Amino acid sequence: MPTVAELAAKQLTPGSRAAAASGATVITARNLDLTFQTNDGPIHALKNVDLDIGKGEFVSFIGPSGCGKTTFLRCIAGLETPTAGDISVNGMTPDEARRARAYGYVFQAAGLYPWRTIGGNIRLPLEIMGFDKAEQAKRIERVLDLVDLNGFDRKFPWQLSGGMQQRASIARALAFDADILLMDEPFGALDEIVRDHLNEQLLKLWARTEKTIGFVTHSIPEAVYLSTKIVVMSPRPGRISDVIDSPLPRERPLEIRDSPEFIEIAHRVRDGLRAGHSDDV
Amino acid sequence: MKSILPVLTVISAILLFWVVCVPPMNMHLVADQAQRDDLVVTPDTPAARQEFSGAGLALRNAHLIPLTYTFVRPRLPSPHQVAGEMYRTIIGQKITSKRSLVYHGWVTLAPTLLGFLIGTSLGILLAVGIVYSRVMDKSVMPWAIVSQTIPILALAPMIIVVLGSMGIQGLFPKSIIAAYLSFFPVVVGMVKGLRSPDAMQLDLLRTYNASKSQGFWALRLPASAPYLFASLKIGISASLVGTIVAELPTGAKAGFGARMLVGDQYGQPLVSWAALFAAALTAAALVGLFSVIERITLKRMGMAAT
Repeated sequence: MPTVAELAAKQLTPGSRAAAASGATVITARNLDLTFQTNDGPIHALKNVDLDIGKGEFVSFIGPSGCGKTTFLRCIAGLETPTAGDISVNGMTPDEARRARAYGYVFQAAGLYPWRTIGGNIRLPLEIMGFDKAEQAKRIERVLDLVDLNGFDRKFPWQLSGGMQQRASIARALAFDADILLMDEPFGALDEIVRDHLNEQLLKLWARTEKTIGFVTHSIPEAVYLSTKIVVMSPRPGRISDVIDSPLPRERPLEIRDSPEFIEIAHRVRDGLRAGHSDDV
Repeated sequence: MKSILPVLTVISAILLFWVVCVPPMNMHLVADQAQRDDLVVTPDTPAARQEFSGAGLALRNAHLIPLTYTFVRPRLPSPHQVAGEMYRTIIGQKITSKRSLVYHGWVTLAPTLLGFLIGTSLGILLAVGIVYSRVMDKSVMPWAIVSQTIPILALAPMIIVVLGSMGIQGLFPKSIIAAYLSFFPVVVGMVKGLRSPDAMQLDLLRTYNASKSQGFWALRLPASAPYLFASLKIGISASLVGTIVAELPTGAKAGFGARMLVGDQYGQPLVSWAALFAAALTAAALVGLFSVIERITLKRMGMAAT
């Protein structure tokens, strides 16, 4: 039985999605550098990071731990401040963009408040941002529908599976209609089958909402399956070693992962990861 | 209700220990009385009896052991004597009577509750200050800890006297001492509770550009609820102890503390023991009440009780 998200995805014409992708640049990073001062001395988390992300793109950041992919995402979100270089989000500094509520952020753990229902959790950003009650209710219903959790608004988080909780946290990030969605290994803690399902749903959600998505992962198949652009990063210091524009069509059934194109991109990602590692293996 | 059996086991063990202790504790007194009543006692002079321990004397005078359980002014009263005294003073008296433990209980309970209210409010305010202000974090916490190292028994008379010289008497000075003891667990628990949200949850609020007060009401305060309840349960019993201690050295005429002192000074151990147990039952009831409120609140908040 097709879900609401699937039906909605079918209604979108290919033309409108292409238009979304060809839009203006929303995130620009130039010569970005970030060094953390720790008790064990400075850690060079990001070095000379240059990247442009266009409107409506789905960009994955992949690399081993310590490569700075999460740090870079946090720089975009204004949660970390780079020590050198320029970064702009929607033509503003990340901090201004954060204050303008330009993005929704999905963390590794769902992080739902246990004392709030699913609906109450999604209402949290809406309350903070001062939406009125009627608008809150309307938006909660809409985003629950987007992540296929209709009817779960009165449940408490512990009554939901891990995958459903993570979907609820995505709904929470979507509720206030930010154009950018930043996701930090959102499915990392979930098992393979749930992950596949959520990846499929995420693509449909992306097609339906035309958001720009930044997605951190360390799974090669996940990165290749989801992205229009794959940013391969390597550690010590964290830097970009390859940027791959995916030739895969935007309409992607799960079976696409067996196609030669898919395998070829996966190869290139793996090569990029290996090259980044060669200096310390 | 699974806990009934272990609880009963522990209570039985304590009662058994108590019952076993009664004869040796009272035997010297009972033997003296028995001699005056022309009963056979070995050895037959008080001086000679002093050579023996209570247990030794009890073994030599097994026929006197039943008397140790019913002695009028025992060193250690038997459980049924204490139960009898409590029955007479709780059920058997009008609650307005000065002999009623219910009357004395209220005299102690009222300042306990007021002190608890003051102490808890102060504790929560201090905890909020400590969590949000670095200066308070560095300055208040050490003093809060120091305050608890001063023996309350030394401090209580001073507070009563100072407040008394200012014309403040009765309920309030006792409440201050109750508050003095109960604010500390609340401070410690609430600081921990308000700091319990992890970095990710705080980052989430930053991505919403939430203000500090929004973060407090939406995240920190509800997250601290389980910690608060743990503190409240310690705080309410500390409050009761504080009030009783405030009654002890200050010549209070009513209250559990006064009863304990009266029993001690006028050689009526049953009065002391009955007051002691009544205080313990009051504390248990208060803690129990907060456990029930905790369970209901946390359940309604969708959090399992800890």
